[in-house]
Amino acid sequence: MRGFLVLRVVAKLLIPFMLVFALYVQFHGDFGPGGGFQAGVIGAASVVFYALIFGLPAARRLVPDAVVESMIGLGVLLYAGVGLAGIALGGNYLDYFVLDRNPVDGQHRGIFWVEAGVAITVSGVMLKIFYMFAGRGRGLDEE
Amino acid sequence: MAAVAGAIVVQRNLFSVVVLGGVYSFLMATVLVALDAVDVAMTEASVGAGISTVLLLGALYLCGGEEAKPLARPWLPLAIALIIVGALVYGTLGLPAFSDPAAPIHVHVVPRYLSEALKETGVPNVVTAVLASYRGYDTLGETVVVFTAGAGVIALLRRVRRQDGGGEGR
Repeated sequence: MRGFLVLRVVAKLLIPFMLVFALYVQFHGDFGPGGGFQAGVIGAASVVFYALIFGLPAARRLVPDAVVESMIGLGVLLYAGVGLAGIALGGNYLDYFVLDRNPVDGQHRGIFWVEAGVAITVSGVMLKIFYMFAGRGRGLDEE
Repeated sequence: MAAVAGAIVVQRNLFSVVVLGGVYSFLMATVLVALDAVDVAMTEASVGAGISTVLLLGALYLCGGEEAKPLARPWLPLAIALIIVGALVYGTLGLPAFSDPAAPIHVHVVPRYLSEALKETGVPNVVTAVLASYRGYDTLGETVVVFTAGAGVIALLRRVRRQDGGGEGR
């Protein structure tokens, strides 16, 4: 759909806002609706949108497969790492109270990193599934 | 919503089924907003109407857009489905009335979450506090499930892709 001028202009206008909205949902999840899962999906959706308009190869150049695949593992490791940090600082697994001298701040810190891990994994998986599905038929057609 | 669901069943063109599925998800999201479950509504709108519609369209691109006529009249599956629906509806009769404050789910740990979450975690959105802090293990499990889904898709689809040049084969 690269040839459609309107679509390209609208996409270029909208994608930055989608990314900012994903970050807003991520970091404002403490105060309003949202959180890591929704933010990850919205962030992935913006890249999917880009791929629909500018083609899959362009999106793969923008967010390479290696990055997407490492995001999938990185998010889970980050989440589990927060749990291990709780143990290292003398608490239980996934105990956020020990992450800071002030227990409430520790909770904040723990929730922040946990949500970040969720967002990274979710957006990685969504993008990877999309790449896989969209790449299959096309690869066969081009052969 | 019922009209959309009926249209999905009747339609033979899979493209309109996918689009109607997206419409259904958006309607479901509005219902969830009306129920004050804004977080769930957001997830429904972004995952159900957004990503899964795109994935289904990608699948349609691979397998064609017209549903095949069934070989036989599926009376037995229909009967089984109706029996299960009946059992589920009968099961809902035993549930507490909608938004009954004395329902078991509202008297166990929920009052403590609602009254203590802000004090203990400093997070005004109770959903986030429960999800990430009180229920941290569950959310870790969910994240691992999502990770497993991604790993499964990679494991299933990548091998086929590598042999694109060599025709079909596993």
